[in-house]
Amino acid sequence: MLDSKIPSGPIEKKWEKARFEMKLVNPANRRKHTVIIVGSGLAGASAAASLGQQGYNVHCFCFQDSPRRAHSIAAQGGINAAKNYRNDGDSIHRLFYDTVKGGDFRAREANVYRLAQISVNIIDQCVAQGVPFAREYGGLLDTRSFGGVQVSRTFYARGQTGQQLLLGAYQALEEQIASGAVKMHTRSEMLDLVVVNGRARGVVTRDLLTGAIESFAADCVVLATGGYGNVFYLSTNAKGCNTTAIWRAHRRGAYFGNPCFTQIHPTCIPVSNENQSKLTLMSESLRNDGRVWVPKKKGDTRPPSQIPEDERDYYLERRYPSFGNLVPRDVASRAAKEVCDDGRGVGPGGQGVYLDFSDAIRRMGESVVREKYGNLFDMYEEITGENAYKVPMRIYPAVHYTMGGLWVDYQLMSTIPGLFVAGEANFSDHGANRLGASALMQGLADGYFILPYTIPNYIASSSLEKVDTSHPQFAAVTAEVNQRIATLIGIQGKRTVDSFHKELGKLIWENCGMARSADGLRSNLERIPALREEFWHNLKIIGTGQELNQSLEKAGRVADFLELGELMCLDALEREESCGGHFRVESQTPDGEALRNDEKFSFVSAWEWKGEGDQWELHQEPLAFEHVHLAQRSYK
Amino acid sequence: MNLTLKVWRQQDIRSTGKFVTYPVQGVTPDMSFLEMLDLLNENLQTQGEPPVVFDHDCREGICGMCGFLINGVAHGGHRGTTVCQLSMRFFKDGDSLTLEPWRAKAFPVLRDLAVDRSAFDRIIQAGGFITAPTGVAPDASAILVPKESADRAMDAAACIGCGACVAACPNAAAMLFTAAKVTHLNSLPQGQPQRYERTADMVAAMSDEMFGSCTNHGECEAVCPKKIPIEFIGRMNRDLVHATLHRRGE
Repeated sequence: MLDSKIPSGPIEKKWEKARFEMKLVNPANRRKHTVIIVGSGLAGASAAASLGQQGYNVHCFCFQDSPRRAHSIAAQGGINAAKNYRNDGDSIHRLFYDTVKGGDFRAREANVYRLAQISVNIIDQCVAQGVPFAREYGGLLDTRSFGGVQVSRTFYARGQTGQQLLLGAYQALEEQIASGAVKMHTRSEMLDLVVVNGRARGVVTRDLLTGAIESFAADCVVLATGGYGNVFYLSTNAKGCNTTAIWRAHRRGAYFGNPCFTQIHPTCIPVSNENQSKLTLMSESLRNDGRVWVPKKKGDTRPPSQIPEDERDYYLERRYPSFGNLVPRDVASRAAKEVCDDGRGVGPGGQGVYLDFSDAIRRMGESVVREKYGNLFDMYEEITGENAYKVPMRIYPAVHYTMGGLWVDYQLMSTIPGLFVAGEANFSDHGANRLGASALMQGLADGYFILPYTIPNYIASSSLEKVDTSHPQFAAVTAEVNQRIATLIGIQGKRTVDSFHKELGKLIWENCGMARSADGLRSNLERIPALREEFWHNLKIIGTGQELNQSLEKAGRVADFLELGELMCLDALEREESCGGHFRVESQTPDGEALRNDEKFSFVSAWEWKGEGDQWELHQEPLAFEHVHLAQRSYK
Repeated sequence: MNLTLKVWRQQDIRSTGKFVTYPVQGVTPDMSFLEMLDLLNENLQTQGEPPVVFDHDCREGICGMCGFLINGVAHGGHRGTTVCQLSMRFFKDGDSLTLEPWRAKAFPVLRDLAVDRSAFDRIIQAGGFITAPTGVAPDASAILVPKESADRAMDAAACIGCGACVAACPNAAAMLFTAAKVTHLNSLPQGQPQRYERTADMVAAMSDEMFGSCTNHGECEAVCPKKIPIEFIGRMNRDLVHATLHRRGE
């Protein structure tokens, strides 16, 4: 039975009550406790820095050459906080409400409320660290509005908010590394979790430079390893983003929550060539001032400047007059797909829509637009060779974020005691769709303000036997890891890792992307295992495991994606409703909006791995909505 | 288009390397430079040869992980661009390109085009932070930051730590990198308490890591993908003079 451990009492008091009830560790004893943190993005770096400051002995791991490279760095638009500095009606309750509604009623109310409460502390913390947020002329903080909400609660640092927040956390982490509280392991990838007597007690890693397989023991383990959007091959994720850490933990007993909940971001640069290796996001903040349109006529190939105003379809403003271009991401993405499927897409292949700034430039002047979005316009020009001050941008939806992840309780602990999961890696607070500027908020809430309470509580309230890497379980897991690497290298087939990854990505995008049907999902459930079978018989890796071998690194990650992809399709097939980013074509309203089925599907899907042979068991965590009234989402 | 690549191949940190020439066919102008290398690597692997190792991650010019020299110029010489964002439309059929890793004593070559830049992390450890333990912060609006200071801080904080400035500098100095962080933090009211100690400590760490000194060549600014201006080095030097004249504890 899944116990979400939500504290009793009124929702505004739950977190306070939980904190008071938590057990504490005496400052003098903290040094004796070791915490492993895998990942150094917003959630991982902030947790490592905060726990280091408290006096714990922390080991932090990242596969990149420095913790500052983690992909949180690429977040552009901003971070939400219920500060109400704008006097425009914002409040903790409204941020809570917007997030539950934006997530299409598939998130846990108590968690979301806590997130909204903590949001205000995050901004305080980041300002104190020197994050250079945008300022008004009087020296006060500036904010802007973002998709899915009607208040201006998003704090930003130009178009590089994620970079600045990550550098703040990274600098705090480096300070702790210098003090000796945190030991950083760069170019080091977690390849498995070690569970001893039912508790997470360590990890097995590979030193990516030498290939050495190493073991680390601890009192508990935190996975802050990000999302799994790269299962689609093409996504806005960094090339190294992967599911291996959480997937290995899943295979060791951690339930996987809502794997099919993925976010397709509406404003990305369209795919342009066969060899494309990634998709580039243009911040959603652009929708504040840019207007989305396509020609009214099918197959209209005139340049945009020659299409008169009355022959343009500003379809978001037309369909959703009250939110207009600022509808949530899932709604905007689906609408773009529909107009393109209707033959009205623009650009090569008809897979694009215009995002037009000509009105904004007329209204505010080019210099103001440049000040707000200059770096994004520059980036667009670098990639496409087009000047968006002169011609409208072309955009198309792309995979961006995964709301699904390892299931965690209110303490952010998975179904394996002692295994905590933070940030995008957990199934989190975003339900079936994440609102813009909420990922940074959640990552930092988990790392700065939740784990520093729940981890000490776990350590203080568990009687943890002494375990070090000489425990036989470490040797057993190390042997498995070595065996797996030897097998991958030993296949000596004909196909490269990338060729398998691309094929898998195409299958998932076509049948488990923006629109999902029972037929498509069933076909994937046959084709993915077949592809996996071929992978394990026909993969070709050059070189050995005892050197820097990037193909081997990729192969391990793709092997895990080939299993996760199947679970995503299974979860999507099982959930016979549409909600947020999960759109089942069989379940829609007469005007094509997502149609939920609250009676049957108001729950979190938590999948338990049942061993090789691809058997999973579905567990359900029922969701109760006591504070936000269940309703069909409407942004009209 | 078809290209000829002369690529630095080096097995590991202890080996000596050499240039190896590879033809690459079927490159299209809408590919990025790294996608062109992906293509080369696919072909190499099919032929049973080890692919060229290069560091990269976000491929959108912000993580700072990628970077090597193309015909001697860091990130390829297209102003304000990392190599991952460099488009192949800037090259033409028949081009011959030499690719080699960052060259600096402080950045040992790990394999092929990948180098060890952990010295940058250690410079940050020396003082590239504002001490603000989690939880003690006052309300965000209690700290007023003049817009001009906030903007300058942001201009400096845009540094992605790629190392191009070091690679381009004839002295392999890390001045632009260090000055960017010093300017970011020293421009803000929150950064004042540790201002001079930070500056002195980071500059000391820089020389401990075997980076050279600045002799005002300005190559760093020319190759910086984030266009960090050399003016920040002047700012850092000013704070360094102050820090040196008013030694700690006096």
